[in-house]
Amino acid sequence: MSVQAVTGTSDVTAILPRRGGFAGSLSDLLWRRPGLLLFVMLAPPLLWLGVVYIGSLIALLAQSFFSIDEFSGLISRELTLKTYGDLFQPANLDIIIRTVTMAAMVTLASAVVAFPIAYYAARYARGKWKALFYLGVMLPLWSSYLVKVYAWKLILAKEGILTWLFAKLHLSWLLDSWLSLPVVGGNSLSVSFTGTFIVFVYVWLPFMILPIQAALERVPGNLVEASSDLGASPGQTFRNVLFPLALPGIVAGSIFTFSLTLGDYIIPQIIGTSRLFIGQAVYAQQGTAGNIPLAAAFTVVPIVIMGFYLWGAKRMGAFDAL
Amino acid sequence: MADPFLSIQNVKKSFGNVAVVKDFNLDVGAGEFVSFLGPSGCGKTTMLRIVAGFEEPSAGKVMIGGKDVTGLKPNQRNIGMVFQAYALFPNLTVAQNIGFGLKVAGMPKAEAQARIAEMLNIIKLPDFGDRYPYQLSGGQQQRIALARALAPKPKLLLLDEPLSALDAKVRISLREEIRSIQKKLGITTIFVTHDQEEALSMSDRIVVMNEGRADQTGTPFEIYNRPSTKFVANFVGTLNVLEGTVSDATTGTVKINAEEIGLKGKLNGSKSGDTLSLALRPEAISLGRRPGNDANLTGQIADVHFLGSVIRVRVGVGQNFVSLDTFNNSSTPPPAVGEKTEISFSSGDVLVLH
Repeated sequence: MSVQAVTGTSDVTAILPRRGGFAGSLSDLLWRRPGLLLFVMLAPPLLWLGVVYIGSLIALLAQSFFSIDEFSGLISRELTLKTYGDLFQPANLDIIIRTVTMAAMVTLASAVVAFPIAYYAARYARGKWKALFYLGVMLPLWSSYLVKVYAWKLILAKEGILTWLFAKLHLSWLLDSWLSLPVVGGNSLSVSFTGTFIVFVYVWLPFMILPIQAALERVPGNLVEASSDLGASPGQTFRNVLFPLALPGIVAGSIFTFSLTLGDYIIPQIIGTSRLFIGQAVYAQQGTAGNIPLAAAFTVVPIVIMGFYLWGAKRMGAFDAL
Repeated sequence: MADPFLSIQNVKKSFGNVAVVKDFNLDVGAGEFVSFLGPSGCGKTTMLRIVAGFEEPSAGKVMIGGKDVTGLKPNQRNIGMVFQAYALFPNLTVAQNIGFGLKVAGMPKAEAQARIAEMLNIIKLPDFGDRYPYQLSGGQQQRIALARALAPKPKLLLLDEPLSALDAKVRISLREEIRSIQKKLGITTIFVTHDQEEALSMSDRIVVMNEGRADQTGTPFEIYNRPSTKFVANFVGTLNVLEGTVSDATTGTVKINAEEIGLKGKLNGSKSGDTLSLALRPEAISLGRRPGNDANLTGQIADVHFLGSVIRVRVGVGQNFVSLDTFNNSSTPPPAVGEKTEISFSSGDVLVLH
């Protein structure tokens, strides 16, 4: 077989007659030039990502180097770091610290709650139980986010089912003493950071469970057996075998829970105190306050934090086993 | 056995309604190398996992060194196990893998380092400590797994088809290596395999398992030459089976097709008119008459396979076919297909299967 026959430029008779028409020659062209096919397939998504997504991010980044004139309220388009300086004012710094702390706590709690569920699903659930697991984890994602958050507001309210349950169990004193604590407490769970925390954990939990489950699924069962055969107790097996091998999954999940919490502005708006989170600050600055540069600078904060977070995770070797 | 090191007594195991191990008994002496040989699904791996503690027997008990370990968890049994799929920890280096059992046992670091180095020397991979399992070949990984299992000085070594994932050449060299390490350390070993050649070449004794039972237990020589059941005879080695009818039980005459052969003293209580299966190893049959062979049958050459040093010939004898091996001889051409021939064998080599 000669090379010419493959490229189709010679008179060598093909086994089958050529396909006719525009579609036929287009198909032939794309078959001969796989690079062209790849280009045709990738161009629209790359254009979308490159122009619409990255482009608007760069526009946002650029905005953060502008500043607002305090007297006129007009935006001065000179490049300056003044807006970033504003971030370090005590009120703004408070918002950042509050948000990052919340994101960290939510991530930690999600990981602790998600691991046993993911472990069960990966190692024990089979057949219909596995289907039920996926349904149970995914179902909350299919219903409206706002509906879920408002439902939680009712659950956590002073007149809600949780308060009622604590009263029935004669544990009202426990709830009251928790609510009387500084920072985490409040008039009721629905207007406290504890409430915000609970709802964040609930809403983002699926994003933690699924990657951990995927990671554990890839751990062969005989590794656990080998560990136990070598004399390791269940705790030692968890620390030395399961946890390190599940770590990439935990990190992947934590990237979701951490960044989603950093950026969310609806949950703390509906459930929580009047003290702001980054998302709410961005919303307020670009809306009512009309301070687009400060809003942009606030938006850059989660991006930078996530950058450091990923860098740290990589240095810890979280992606080595991928 | 007077004082067995490992004693498996009346062990049964069922999964739901399926009985996988049915009444298994075995005594293994200290330092002995015993193979569980059988087809897949015969219960050999389940039996091994019961010894390791990964499965709990439905009935019966397992004693190691005179102590009942039936209720003990795997991590309390002090057993080393090598898995078919290596089961090395992918996130740990070779040295950390070998040192795993030492670390969880709380051995001081310096002592553990020395032991790891010693194990790496035993498996002849002294410079591999810093590598990761994925950087090694299958054969190397399985040697690491062996070193890891042996590092904590277990009382018992269990090998679960450790060679079946490897290619033929590595398999042969590794089986010799495993056997020599086992002999050097004098560790009692159970080896599970479906490969009769492995079992025959490595073991002190073989347990041939079939449908959850030990069909026969014996040395490789006994298993091969004196199989006690039809299953063992068929499973171990190549076997020719001839169907015959007892024509006279008192003189031990058996009729095969139209010809008669004498099998005096081999019929164990068969009556005249009974049908029998007579089994013969290929190496026990000769082409043509031979001095010392007292049984002769006529047949026709059906197939000739030239294998180099050996020529395997298939001869049709009535309804049956028998395979036999002759050595290659450069001056005599191999027999031609369709040729009439005579085969002969010694009646002493015939296995009468019931």
